[in-house]
Amino acid sequence: MFELAQYVVDKDFWPLSGLGVLGVSILLMIAVSVFLMHGFFMPIAGVMTFVERKIAGWTQARIGPNRVGPFGLFVILADGIKLILKEDIIPAAADRPLFKMAPYAVLGGAFMTMVIIPLGPNLIPVDLDLGILVYIAAGSFVTMGIVMSGWSSNNKWSTLGGARSVAQIISYEIPVGMALLPAVILTGSLSFQSMVLAQGWAPWQWTMFHNPGLFIATFVYFVAALAEINRTPFDIPEAESELVSGYNTEYSGMRFGMFFVAEFGNVVVISWITVLVFMGGWHFPGEQALVQNWFGGTWPTLVGALESGKAVQFGLFNLIGHATLMAKTVPLIILIVLLRWTLPRVRIDQLMDISWKYLTPMGMGATVMTAAYMIWPGWGPFPEGAGSGMALPRDMGPMRVWSFLLPVAFMAFCVGHALMASRYPWKPGRPSKIKPAEATS
Amino acid sequence: MTTALKTEEITLNMGPQHPSTHGVIRFILKTDGEIIYECVPDVGYLHRSIEKIGEKVEWQSFIPYTDRVDYLASMNSNWAYSLAVERLAGIEVPRRAEFLRVIVGELGRITSHLIGAGALALDIGAATPFTHAIRDREMVNDLFERICGARLTFSFVYPGGVAYDAPPGWIEDVLEFCDYFEPRIEQFNALITYNKIFVKRLAGVAVIDTETAIDYGLVGPNLRASGFRFDLRRDEPYSVYPELDFDVPVGRGEVGVLGDCWDRFKCRVDEMKESLKIVRQACRMLPTDSAHKAKVKKILKPPKGEVYVRSESARGEMGFYLISDGTQNSVRTKIRTGSFSAMGVFPKVARGMMIADLIAVIASLDIVAPEIDR
Repeated sequence: MFELAQYVVDKDFWPLSGLGVLGVSILLMIAVSVFLMHGFFMPIAGVMTFVERKIAGWTQARIGPNRVGPFGLFVILADGIKLILKEDIIPAAADRPLFKMAPYAVLGGAFMTMVIIPLGPNLIPVDLDLGILVYIAAGSFVTMGIVMSGWSSNNKWSTLGGARSVAQIISYEIPVGMALLPAVILTGSLSFQSMVLAQGWAPWQWTMFHNPGLFIATFVYFVAALAEINRTPFDIPEAESELVSGYNTEYSGMRFGMFFVAEFGNVVVISWITVLVFMGGWHFPGEQALVQNWFGGTWPTLVGALESGKAVQFGLFNLIGHATLMAKTVPLIILIVLLRWTLPRVRIDQLMDISWKYLTPMGMGATVMTAAYMIWPGWGPFPEGAGSGMALPRDMGPMRVWSFLLPVAFMAFCVGHALMASRYPWKPGRPSKIKPAEATS
Repeated sequence: MTTALKTEEITLNMGPQHPSTHGVIRFILKTDGEIIYECVPDVGYLHRSIEKIGEKVEWQSFIPYTDRVDYLASMNSNWAYSLAVERLAGIEVPRRAEFLRVIVGELGRITSHLIGAGALALDIGAATPFTHAIRDREMVNDLFERICGARLTFSFVYPGGVAYDAPPGWIEDVLEFCDYFEPRIEQFNALITYNKIFVKRLAGVAVIDTETAIDYGLVGPNLRASGFRFDLRRDEPYSVYPELDFDVPVGRGEVGVLGDCWDRFKCRVDEMKESLKIVRQACRMLPTDSAHKAKVKKILKPPKGEVYVRSESARGEMGFYLISDGTQNSVRTKIRTGSFSAMGVFPKVARGMMIADLIAVIASLDIVAPEIDR
């Protein structure tokens, strides 16, 4: 951003250059964040609601939205207009300032993550060195909003929802962190962009298949992140059939809409992060050749491309990267949606069990395994063993066939098992020893 | 001396408007966070004086009110009342009517169990099984619409027979539905019954052992799920049930403890299979040489006397206690329903469980609010 501002001032683009480098930077920041929020995040959350409802319809043997516009696509607009036009009711006994603030905190937490997510080779607002920490912190910010809404509603069900939410999100932050840690160890960076750069386009260049520990970590991250954003089967803070609607029971109109947008936005965010950290991000095949042919072998930057008149190639390059990222993200999103419409909800104590008894130890195991892998002579990025210095960002060490084939075989087994189980009638469980009492009359 | 931190218990008011109380029922919960100390069911929000109305209208005119007693299995409540009036007035029912009653009664049981099982899954958080159940229920509703014109409150079974004869081709379509529905039950089992999370949520929750079930007067699938094989169709047969061959499924403690929520769920799923068996037999045995209703006077005046007749409705024993003084109105109409007696067991089983479990118990007992309050 700063470089671009410098470029604008240097080239003396009237009237922007009159603002000075700092002024142009701030202006650009505002422009980018407004675009990200309204031009990107909101439409994506909107499309997400449509996708969710359509898939839900197909899963549930019904049609889904099909009235407004082609394939019912405009139902997003209809929903938005309805939510905005609805009366905003604040309960008389509510804590008004907190009640009004809560949706912004939740939405803010969801939006904040956008800042550090590389959506393409250069499409990243800020490449923060502490990217992953910011992501985890933003997750906690959402909790704060949920607790605020639950408490300020002055409704016992909402309060229970808020309390559940704290317990849940705080518990699940640990497996989320634990699962991201192996990737951090491997790539030697907390910044999302460096983590992507360390990977490649092919599955065997992804961190996910680097070693079994990271494969476990991918799974742990995905499950724990689902719980962190309150998606089914972990949606207990807003468990509709238990807590009416949990923390957002008392909200109406656009204030409810904000919770709604944040929820769907979060689904996209966790899919992005899974792809970025574990599945190669925006890398696409043939990108080295493109860099060689279009940009003369140097990695393109916006200012460099503008100066050398290669803006079109630069845009195309980023577009392909972004399309690759989305091509990997969409299946994950569909998976999340299908999970929601297939699985029942777990109970709060079971939820805690899953976090503390399974996911956290698994995450720790994955971390230890990756660390061991790194220092084992000849396996990790340090050919001579431990202590030979920092790993280079683009070098993750030699890839092993078995560490790719083993997880793939495991996944194939799981899918096959699931398909077989759905095809054949279920075998009854263990035979019961209980003899039913007979009516004697 | 240590002083414990003083904490207050919350009094939670679940209902009368709550998405999972299946109608207007209220539970007053004393909870410590999520754990329930005390659960007091508060019934009466849906009281519509149906029993009193039964003393004010003529005998046959009460049939549409019995629809509203158990709206998920109206055929069975019609039937239960008709049985009582027939015994009181000594009406002989033609054989074809008996078989038609069995067919619609068992189809009604299937629809009711579909809603019961589907709603339990919905309350546990899985929305899909419910819509699948609704899809199959709609097919039965179509069949019902063709035979009596209504989809929910049928008023089809009348004292002396049934209101209409089966239209041409109806029996074939019922058999076709049976063929369609049988694999659907397996699909339903694969989708939800043995789902790991579903089993974990329900197995061992709210265990009602056989003695407790009998003591608290649980009936129907709830009683059978507790391991007591008692079915009025088999043990106190009425209509043409002695001629039909069917099993009485009971809870077996397959995944948890005998008499837990999962057993009650599974019991209903198994009963749907048995009902299909009965429907198939009844369709095959349906006689063609008798009328679909007996000649009954428009204004019925049963002889003086009293009668209590019980029959197996979808929610278990549904009994009608009627007193006649020889006029066109009853002196006393009393309905004994399964849901009402099931409400009594809540204070016993709900102690120490979580709010999420209470939802499962309400759904697993398959409570229908109008049946509680009448």
